[in-house]
Amino acid sequence: MNNFRRLFLSRCAVLGTALVAGVLKPLQALAAEWNKIAFDAKTLPEAMKGAGVQNASDSKDIVIKAPDIAENSAVVPVEVNCKIPGTQIVYLFADKNPQPLIAQFALAEGVEPYISTRIKMGDTGNIRVVVQAGGKNYMASKEVKVTIGGCG
Amino acid sequence: MADPMKIRAQVSGDMADIKILMNHPMETGRKKNDNGEWVIASQPHFIQQVTITLNGKAVVDGQFGSSISKNPFLGFKVKGAKVGDELVVTWVDNKGDQRTDKTKLEAKPG
Amino acid sequence: MLNKFALRVIAVLCVLATSLGSMSLNAVTDPEQDRLSFIELYQKKFPDRPLDDYVFGALMLSEDAKQQYDSIMEFPPFSPAIEAGKAQWEKPFKNGKSFAECFPNDGKLTAGNYPQYDEKLGKVVTFEMSINQCLVANDETPLKISDMKSMGVLMSYARTLSDGMKMNIKVDSPAALEKFEAGKKAFFMRRGQLNFACASCHMQNAGNILRTEILSPTVGQATHWPVFRGGDNLNTIQARYKRCLEQIRAEPLEQGGEEFNNLEYFHSYLSNGLPLKASVYRK
Repeated sequence: MNNFRRLFLSRCAVLGTALVAGVLKPLQALAAEWNKIAFDAKTLPEAMKGAGVQNASDSKDIVIKAPDIAENSAVVPVEVNCKIPGTQIVYLFADKNPQPLIAQFALAEGVEPYISTRIKMGDTGNIRVVVQAGGKNYMASKEVKVTIGGCG
Repeated sequence: MADPMKIRAQVSGDMADIKILMNHPMETGRKKNDNGEWVIASQPHFIQQVTITLNGKAVVDGQFGSSISKNPFLGFKVKGAKVGDELVVTWVDNKGDQRTDKTKLEAKPG
Repeated sequence: MLNKFALRVIAVLCVLATSLGSMSLNAVTDPEQDRLSFIELYQKKFPDRPLDDYVFGALMLSEDAKQQYDSIMEFPPFSPAIEAGKAQWEKPFKNGKSFAECFPNDGKLTAGNYPQYDEKLGKVVTFEMSINQCLVANDETPLKISDMKSMGVLMSYARTLSDGMKMNIKVDSPAALEKFEAGKKAFFMRRGQLNFACASCHMQNAGNILRTEILSPTVGQATHWPVFRGGDNLNTIQARYKRCLEQIRAEPLEQGGEEFNNLEYFHSYLSNGLPLKASVYRK
């Protein structure tokens, strides 16, 4: 059984009982539990620890496409391309955001190790991607400058 | 139910390119105070979970924080997907609101 | 904060002090000559930029910025607003007719003809005004031109029907020329606490950076409207004029009023021949 289904089903076991108890809507039983500790964390180390990726090592096989200077810090396009085989989960952080964990994506087999999204950045800082593949964590980052425009 | 998502799901060769635009304010509830510090000023309201299936099989299980931009955009690609495959996208937000939209994969034009 | 900003800006303006008058405001105005003079000015500044790029404004001067625009425009977050505009455009009036019937070609490839001088009314008519003329002719209530929630949203769809159309402003009579000249005068008039004219930022200073922003050249500016600033702040061209005046601390002018209409007439003429595109992302 691959990691992705394991991720789903381990949560299902817990949520399944809650479902039977009538506490949850059936839909929510399918999704993994939202990682509140990681998302609420206010520093990067805490967010990474909450996500379980504090031991990530640098990798050149993660390519982050993001602006050098964000045109508008509320809509910063980010694209992640990962060349690591067996990519299972992609975590997205913005180091200087008040809550650095932005999102995480568990990808099933057959899904390309690619994610495109748009994020809000609070200040100039690194966009950081951590990829979980084959039980190991890999990481890359790119700095995005956020300016306070004068004519907007 | 919340406003519908826009989904563009196109197949070219053996690769499906899927783009989703969700309709949601994604409010962090945060503002910068006079000291330049981020403080919670109002209730955060944001999508927390996104589950996506293709022909009933889970493909993406996403979790969002409130820093995903308003009207969240998500793009991903699936190998081996075919025209006619059914894509179902569901989101749930922190207030328990949810939305499900579905579409069938189309051939990429041109 | 204002003082610091004003000081830095005045430093820039000192350079402009003499150059603002370089395009003459003499008695015989030739719109074509004006348009070509503006283009010549910018092509000296940006020799590598083809004229077609000017529709992107400041984005044409930053690859990094243009890439963000391209990425967001692949699937813009303001698509729901355009859909609401489409519903507005298509909804029949009480008498059963609809907007499409007020315009040639169902409203397609028509926005580039506006603003236009209306001989009968003796004034410049913008596309928004022609929408209101249509409403009134069909016994419906006209929309408030400055209301982005109604007129703005309608424009966000209605103008897309003219995507790709080349700007086609006509100045065909002495009376029309008068309005063109009035618009030109408005463009060059210094205003407000900062004593800026449109020309102060958008002529000799085009391409320069003022407080982290790249200033766009005037040619091309009128083609891409409305804009969704930051992805969700809808602005028609005159809503943007209003905002510019606020930023230079000048007296506000009325959206849909004569001065803005004449300005838009002159301003749009300078973009003649360039392709329109509605509902675009800007920072």
